[in-house]
Amino acid sequence: MPANNDIGLALVLGATSDIGRAIALGLAREGCDLQLAGRDPARLKAEADDIRVRTGVAVTEHACDVLNADGGAGLAEALDPCPDVAVCVVGLLGDQQASERDGSAAQLVMWTNYVGPALLMGALAARFEARGSGVLAGVSSVAGDRGRATNYVYGSAKAGFTAFLSGLRNRLAASGAHVVTVKPGFVRTRMTEGMRLPGPLTGAPEEVARAVVEAIRRRRDVVYVRRVWRAIMLAIRLVPERLFKRLRI
Amino acid sequence: MKLSGWGRYPVVDCGTATLRGPEDLGGVLARRGTLIARGQGRSYADAALNRDLTLSTLGLGRMQAFDADTGVLTCEAGVGLDDILRTFVPRGWFPPVVPGTKFVTVGGMIAADVHGKNHHRDGTFGAHVEALTLATADGGIRVCSRTQDADLFRATLGGMGLTGVILSASFRMQPIETSFVLAETVAAADLDAAMAVFEASHDWPYSVAWIDCLARGRRLGRSLVLRGAPMRRRALPAALASRPLRLAPEGRIRVPVDAPSLLLNRWSVGLFNGLYHRRGRARAGPRPVHFDPFFFPLDRIDGWNRLYGRRGFVQYQCVLSAGESAAGLAALLGRVSVAGQGSFLAVLKRFGPAGEGLMSFPAEGYTLALDLPLRRGTLALVDALDGITHAHGGRVYFAKDACCRPERMREGYPQHAAFDALRKAWGAPRKFASELSRRLEL
Ligand SMILES: Cc1cc2nc3c(=O)[nH]c(=O)nc-3n(C[C@H](O)[C@H](O)[C@H](O)COP(=O)(O)OP(=O)(O)OC[C@H]3O[C@@H](n4cnc5c(N)ncnc54)[C@H](O)[C@@H]3O)c2cc1C
Ligand SMILES: NC(=O)c1ccc[n+]([C@@H]2O[C@H](COP(=O)([O-])OP(=O)(O)OC[C@H]3O[C@@H](n4cnc5c(N)ncnc54)[C@H](OP(=O)(O)O)[C@@H]3O)[C@@H](O)[C@H]2O)c1
Repeated sequence: MPANNDIGLALVLGATSDIGRAIALGLAREGCDLQLAGRDPARLKAEADDIRVRTGVAVTEHACDVLNADGGAGLAEALDPCPDVAVCVVGLLGDQQASERDGSAAQLVMWTNYVGPALLMGALAARFEARGSGVLAGVSSVAGDRGRATNYVYGSAKAGFTAFLSGLRNRLAASGAHVVTVKPGFVRTRMTEGMRLPGPLTGAPEEVARAVVEAIRRRRDVVYVRRVWRAIMLAIRLVPERLFKRLRI
Repeated sequence: MKLSGWGRYPVVDCGTATLRGPEDLGGVLARRGTLIARGQGRSYADAALNRDLTLSTLGLGRMQAFDADTGVLTCEAGVGLDDILRTFVPRGWFPPVVPGTKFVTVGGMIAADVHGKNHHRDGTFGAHVEALTLATADGGIRVCSRTQDADLFRATLGGMGLTGVILSASFRMQPIETSFVLAETVAAADLDAAMAVFEASHDWPYSVAWIDCLARGRRLGRSLVLRGAPMRRRALPAALASRPLRLAPEGRIRVPVDAPSLLLNRWSVGLFNGLYHRRGRARAGPRPVHFDPFFFPLDRIDGWNRLYGRRGFVQYQCVLSAGESAAGLAALLGRVSVAGQGSFLAVLKRFGPAGEGLMSFPAEGYTLALDLPLRRGTLALVDALDGITHAHGGRVYFAKDACCRPERMREGYPQHAAFDALRKAWGAPRKFASELSRRLEL
């Protein structure tokens, strides 16, 4: 990324998600061209067209399934040109109880939130590192800050992704490339449709998008959206395990 | 979830879901019971409510194509008018018809076939729709237009969501040189004078009048007629010329809590109307007004519907043929001023000829709209107003109506039988219904 912080071209992985499309539009409104990646070509085209009509930036569409056996290496190598910024929004909440009963359900959640996105970001990191510039942003979750009975399969996978991003940031620090970790709390999206969410703690996809664009520009390390989540998760992490294991939160 | 329309009456506990794309349709249509689409919920009463399933279209927010040669925009039905304005006014394009608030969706504008201040010249929003895609009861998605499934197209314009879920539409926007309107206010001493101003204002693209509901006797119908025309770039004063297509500043004023309905007793309303009257006279003579306050004066006040208190309010809106208007409007206004339940908003407007929508509201003549805060006797008053409208051969607007009698509705909408037949042919009655359609036996 040039020194004046102009993002010329950004890749959004998971661009058909509510959060992904908001991020893509946020970046386009800053004048940046886009590479949108997703697994459903028809929906991907609908998002790409929306951004084209609204902003006039150049948008290309790319097939991406993080369950692919190649771990995203193919996609990462094929991108031409290599984007200045890559944001990964891919994830799957899954059903905790189903995951407890059924190993394959758990595996899908683990793969979609951790293995897949991590391999993909890893593959992109190689190109960013070689070039010596750019920002990789990964959308993880506050759920990864501590495992809880109600969603630890998802939470553990997000914890893995958070740790991976942290390590990657550490590795790339000297290269000129940078890694941002984004931890949303509750967000009103397709993923949380029908769930009762606490109003004051629940954000809109556009709010996450603003925070992500800002974090990329300022090369932040770890950001929580909304910001109160940092304090909430700190408090939750501080509860001694002896007590925590008996809590229902 | 407890939902209501903009008037906050009635409140109904509804099943809810959000539609984010055609891929969600299968699951939604497979549910038991009926459903109704809901946009921004700016219809006043029960048109966008269904206790079984009220389906939000706000996830259908994508723009699909824009042709800068013809001005045709194709977008999903949940796209907001505010979004369209923000995106296209700076590029020199304006929607063909806008209602009195910008917080409505394209689907809502088509389903209610909304009218604007330019109805006498440009017709309804539906008149500018070239095609729409509709999800029908059988799970199919149909492209309808004047040449393809034309009957279904005509039934969907003004069809209040009862033919299916509109997924997207193409409509033609108008080129503009500036985002300003050259507007002037003409004071009219009584109803006849107000109607005379309208009849003489046909060449003004925009016109509407505010009536002082409490003026009685000789002054019945005392009003301010506001008329305007889009401003050309060279007519813009120097101070505005640097950014001719500017948007209005975003700030909105919030109504923090449900205001006690006391605020709207007959004295305060009288005071308000009196002030409004004097202000209008003082400001006579054309001047540039930004389109936002010109078309959407109430949008600045976030949640102004709460000003009427927690019990909500009913908006009564009817249309009377040109021939019946003088007598009918006098009777309606007389009835309201006697009841002493006057309101901030009594709006009068001259409509042009009716359009193609089978159940569309506008028809050649005059339309009157007024807010009535809900208290004891209000529904009886509305029924009495309905009686007057009916006696003068008029009809009420589904997007506002809260308590019309089914038999009066049927007489007011002579094409309702054709509408029923068409809905049956498409299997619509078993899948699409609203609290309004149940109430009116539509
Ligand atoms: C302050 C104010 C001023 C207004 N001024 C005017 C005016 O000047 N002229 C005028 O005509 N109206 C006016 N209205 C009414 C308003 O324009 C209409 O009620 C409009 O339909 C609201 O759009 P919405 O997106 O909120 O729809 P909703 O209120 O959510 O729904 C209205 C109807 O449209 C149907 N519908 C919505 N989306 C779809 C869809 N995708 N597919 C199928 N059916 C759908 C619903 O089922 C319902 O029957 C005004 C309302 C307010 C609050
Ligand atoms: N909503 C919240 O409260 C919340 C809170 C914290 C964190 N998050 C995180 O935010 C991100 C976005 O979530 P969202 O709320 O916007 O929900 P969402 O719409 O369900 O987003 C999930 C995205 O992941 C994609 N995806 C799933 N499996 C994939 C695969 N195998 N290959 C490629 N893409 C795949 C989905 O693609 P399809 O569109 O094709 O299904 C979708 O784009 C997720 O990582 C989520 O964990 C959300």
